[in-house]
Amino acid sequence: MSEITQKAFAAGLFGASLPPDGLVAWNEAVPQRRYDVYRNNVTASLTGALASRFPAAESIVGADFFRAMAADFIKNHPPHSPVLLAYGDDFPDFAAAFEPARPLAYLPDVMRLEVARGRAYHAANARPLDPAALAAVDPARLGSLVLVPHPALSILSSPHPMVTIWAMNAGERPLGPIDPWQGEHALIVRPRLAVEVIPLPPTGARFFHRLAAGANLAQAAAALEDNGFDLTEALAILLRSGAFTTFKEDVP
Amino acid sequence: MIPSTLPRRAGAGFKPEHFADILAAPQPIGFFEVHAENYMGAGGPPHAQLGKLREDHAISIHGVGLSIGSMQPLDRDHLARLKALCDRYQPESFSEHLAWSTHDSVFLNDLLPLPYTGETLARVADHIDEVQSALGRQMLLENPATYLLFTESTIEETAFLAEIARRTGCGLLLDVNNVFVAATNHNLDPDAYVARFPLEAVREIHLSGHSETVDDLGAPLLIDSHDMPVKDPVWALYQTVLRRIGPVASLIEWDNDVPAWPVLREEVVSAQRMLDDAARQRAA
Repeated sequence: MSEITQKAFAAGLFGASLPPDGLVAWNEAVPQRRYDVYRNNVTASLTGALASRFPAAESIVGADFFRAMAADFIKNHPPHSPVLLAYGDDFPDFAAAFEPARPLAYLPDVMRLEVARGRAYHAANARPLDPAALAAVDPARLGSLVLVPHPALSILSSPHPMVTIWAMNAGERPLGPIDPWQGEHALIVRPRLAVEVIPLPPTGARFFHRLAAGANLAQAAAALEDNGFDLTEALAILLRSGAFTTFKEDVP
Repeated sequence: MIPSTLPRRAGAGFKPEHFADILAAPQPIGFFEVHAENYMGAGGPPHAQLGKLREDHAISIHGVGLSIGSMQPLDRDHLARLKALCDRYQPESFSEHLAWSTHDSVFLNDLLPLPYTGETLARVADHIDEVQSALGRQMLLENPATYLLFTESTIEETAFLAEIARRTGCGLLLDVNNVFVAATNHNLDPDAYVARFPLEAVREIHLSGHSETVDDLGAPLLIDSHDMPVKDPVWALYQTVLRRIGPVASLIEWDNDVPAWPVLREEVVSAQRMLDDAARQRAA
């Protein structure tokens, strides 16, 4: 009996129907507003969870738009775990297909940056790569090193000025015209406790994408040929960012 | 089974935005309570903060996602996460709710009510046995704030909780605000609820604010909103409970529209004063 009661109670929480049978109040037989308290709690609390993960997106679209988009997302993609730290990882994909948000082509990528920041925030702690350890490697063997990504690392590439738009809407830099409007790339890292967003030139992004995918340093450095971003600069960011924890030799 | 051993003092629900203030000016506080599910990431600032709090203070871990009142089996993965968290931080207390929040695999993120019947009593008791044996600890079960009733209920909430505590050996977490909210919502006398409550099993009290609205017929409908100071009738009910059972660990919960730390701390000081009065009355 109670199993049926819970099923009916749960089923109505995402809808706008009458309360299920079997619910009463001391003074009324159909406790609509009382049931609505639970219905509102579910959507409002999950909207709050999403708003705390996507503050820049909320700032971009405004609170009302965000709430409406979140309500639609929650109904179609409710959480499947009581741990909500990762809830909304697929919210950027949802936003990309959300018709009213179509004019904001950059929004999903800004949201992906926020997902990466959230993931970095809760990632396992790990000590960043020690520059001295790398310096101790025989230079002739440097090219064969494969680096182990830090658990917090994400590398994002966007055809939109994703990092600038995020920074302007996260209070990291003042709002202003974006010129030139061009694609942006970034490392998201958390070498210690603070999450950092490190902008990269396009070739730098290719270098780090390759490294994170398991290419050795020589293979990744091949991505840098024929442009202004050289290996010295790439290695400087690699060491400064804490994007990797250690290395092993790539033995063919 | 490790018993719940919170100090009989006033504590605060921990909010990360207060961490810097708490560190900057360490003050005696009975304990801090955290929501378990916020500390289930692998690393980062949440664990750094909880680790530091654990060094200086008694800690209560309060779960909000185990869905003990569910008719379906407990989520074993979640139980394993709770065990890992308790093993890591060795809290003075672990507590959860007489409520459900998961159906099929969907997590509804609210503390939903259950009918009180022989069937639900047996199910909840089984779940609490499972939690206590998995954690190796006594848990505390909290009375809910409810907005409506079930026609199929056959047992009073106070009798239901008393029987659960008797069968499982769990302690009870008496949320005095929930008593006031639910009693008002069901047109009952909160003092009569407290008089029937199995107070001998209470190991912790919760205090918080609630907001006021009305139902479809204009009758008062109170919402357990945790977004303001504790209201006077709730303080009065709290003092009634303290007169009956003496000092007990007491928590101020303020989860929404969170104020600056000194404002929350002032609420904790108010509760501590009432605890001190209760201790003096006991001694007299």
